[in-house]
Amino acid sequence: MNDPRTAILGRLRASGDSGPLPDLDTAVLERRQWPAAQRPAQLRKGMEAVHTEFLEATPADWPAVIRSFCEREGLKNLLYGPTSEAGSALAAAWPAGGPALKPYDRPVETFKEELFNGVDAGFTGTVGGVAETGGLLLMPGPAEPRLMSLVPPIHIALLRASTIHDTFWSAVKALGWGRALPPNALMISGPSKTADIEQTLAYGVHGPKRLIVVLVDDQA
Amino acid sequence: MHAENEVHFRDAAAKALLDPQLRANFRRAMDGLIAKRKAQFPDPRDLQDLRDLSTAIRSRSLLCLPELLEQLEASCAKNGIKVHWAETCEQANELILGLLEARGAKTMVKGKSMVSEEMHLNAFLEKHGIEALESDLGEYIIQQDGETPSHIIMPAIHKNKDQIARQFSQKIKDAKYTEDVDELTAMARKVLREKFLNADAGLSGVNFAVAETGTLCLVENEGNGRMSTHVPPIHIAVMGLEKVVARLEDAAPLYSILTRSATGQAVSTYFNLITGPRGEGEKDGPQEVHLVILDNGRSRIYADPQLRATLRCIRCGACMNHCPVYTRVGGHAYEAIYPGPIGKILTPQMEGVGVRHDLIHGSSLCGACGEVCPVEIPIPEILVRLRREATHEDLGSKVAGKGTGRTATEDWAWRLWAGVIKRPGLYRVATWFATRFGKALPANAPLIKNWTQSRTKPVPARRSLSERMRAEGVPHE
Repeated sequence: MNDPRTAILGRLRASGDSGPLPDLDTAVLERRQWPAAQRPAQLRKGMEAVHTEFLEATPADWPAVIRSFCEREGLKNLLYGPTSEAGSALAAAWPAGGPALKPYDRPVETFKEELFNGVDAGFTGTVGGVAETGGLLLMPGPAEPRLMSLVPPIHIALLRASTIHDTFWSAVKALGWGRALPPNALMISGPSKTADIEQTLAYGVHGPKRLIVVLVDDQA
Repeated sequence: MHAENEVHFRDAAAKALLDPQLRANFRRAMDGLIAKRKAQFPDPRDLQDLRDLSTAIRSRSLLCLPELLEQLEASCAKNGIKVHWAETCEQANELILGLLEARGAKTMVKGKSMVSEEMHLNAFLEKHGIEALESDLGEYIIQQDGETPSHIIMPAIHKNKDQIARQFSQKIKDAKYTEDVDELTAMARKVLREKFLNADAGLSGVNFAVAETGTLCLVENEGNGRMSTHVPPIHIAVMGLEKVVARLEDAAPLYSILTRSATGQAVSTYFNLITGPRGEGEKDGPQEVHLVILDNGRSRIYADPQLRATLRCIRCGACMNHCPVYTRVGGHAYEAIYPGPIGKILTPQMEGVGVRHDLIHGSSLCGACGEVCPVEIPIPEILVRLRREATHEDLGSKVAGKGTGRTATEDWAWRLWAGVIKRPGLYRVATWFATRFGKALPANAPLIKNWTQSRTKPVPARRSLSERMRAEGVPHE
């Protein structure tokens, strides 16, 4: 049988000197560490450098902080995942009137037009952060669909200070991402940007124009 | 044997050198990128340790390449990602066309993919009535103008904003003329959002494919990669077979050194990990994900222990940013998908060292590329090796087109030299003439001219060394 797969693997094997994977010296990654209390500031430094905005909040008042942000910015609606932990907590504390909470609770096929043209901002939780470079770790899924953090012009993300890791590498290990991953997981460090025209930075090219991190101080 | 070069980097480079606008665009861009990269690596020890680690990760991935590819295929299958194999670009194109036609897809949005450039996928699909639209801003700009990328990371780097402003005002419907970068970006956003919303399929490249988890890692800043891979109902990813790594932990340091080396960013806006199509209960994401693994000469490169290092490349572009030749002539002069130093070793190995002989010699061997390479590819050493391969048919060599770079002139010159050097009497006569009359040789004589075009004519000594030794009574022989 001479299908491409057999032919390619055959050629690779013919040149093979393969053996077990040699060990790696990862000391350079291990020495990138910050005390837990300094990680939020380190994360903030990295993310603010790429135009991410921060709102400070407490474990009790973060829904109100988001609410007042929406009012201040004159947003008409906020897309949220009604069955996610962060989404349901937000809904429970959301007063009637003013900016409306819009649930993402249908398949995108029946929601695409509205998602692209009728949403002012999207709200998601995070599963952690990365101090070294600044970054949010997200695991979209049934409760928080993938496009919530991508299509609306503003992305508001909830980050608990206690979930910030030193590096992306240490986060991957701590979260067990190396063993099993959902269909989509990602790190986000700022609003969408490009430098394709004369190396001049422009924000909001295809994804959100603004990224707002609601940083919850839960490290008492 | 004796195939004359078909592609003339020398001529294209000479033409590019006469374009002051092009040279200014590249000089400015490359200076910026060099400074930004440097700022990302303040500690030389950290940089060296990270380079060593990255090199080790890529080397061991290549060491176990067939096993890792099989593991990747199995992991992907478990996750619902269908894996396809292609030996040639033609096979890969047909494969993708088949997938699109079976689903009646008429439009496809593309995230940035150099492998799809290698395949000339856009032209192929358009011939079959399928619109393939580039959505990376730089790629969008050059596709609109019918051009190819001049840099692997910043494809439109050869254009300045006035040129782009003129182009947009002519080619985008109802667009007004503006040189404001934010406004230009907003124009492209508006056009492309509409395309993402309606596309039948999405295509992307792959930065790292993780064998253990069956995950495709995509690095990007714009969000067009996420749009292309999450919005349309089908996502097709294409990758060169060398892109696999063993574990997700391996991808982390590679990602870190990639963004810093490429654009001087500590981190990109998005690091997107795709491990499957829309899962149970998910409300968005593609219904199908396909991965096309392309060989196109890579398994031949793999067969040579020295040249295999070529496949360590993570496509950061740092070698071109730091190359004195690339900075002066720009990316298009190479007439190759991959320009710059990495292109100079990759393209001849893919297309044949004979037909791309000019590329192998279009280097001063200054060594800057090897010095900045995050995975320590010895580009200058490989260039020297390929120079030999181009003119020799060494036993056991598997290099494409080996020996076909020899020209009749070169052959004749070497034969003449060998004939003289092997006959001591003739050699003495020849050196006597060369030392006495060499000075009189006009600078524009054939062969000499190639040297004197940009250098002073060498002046031979008045007497040869052996003459002097004899005259001064130095014992020899």
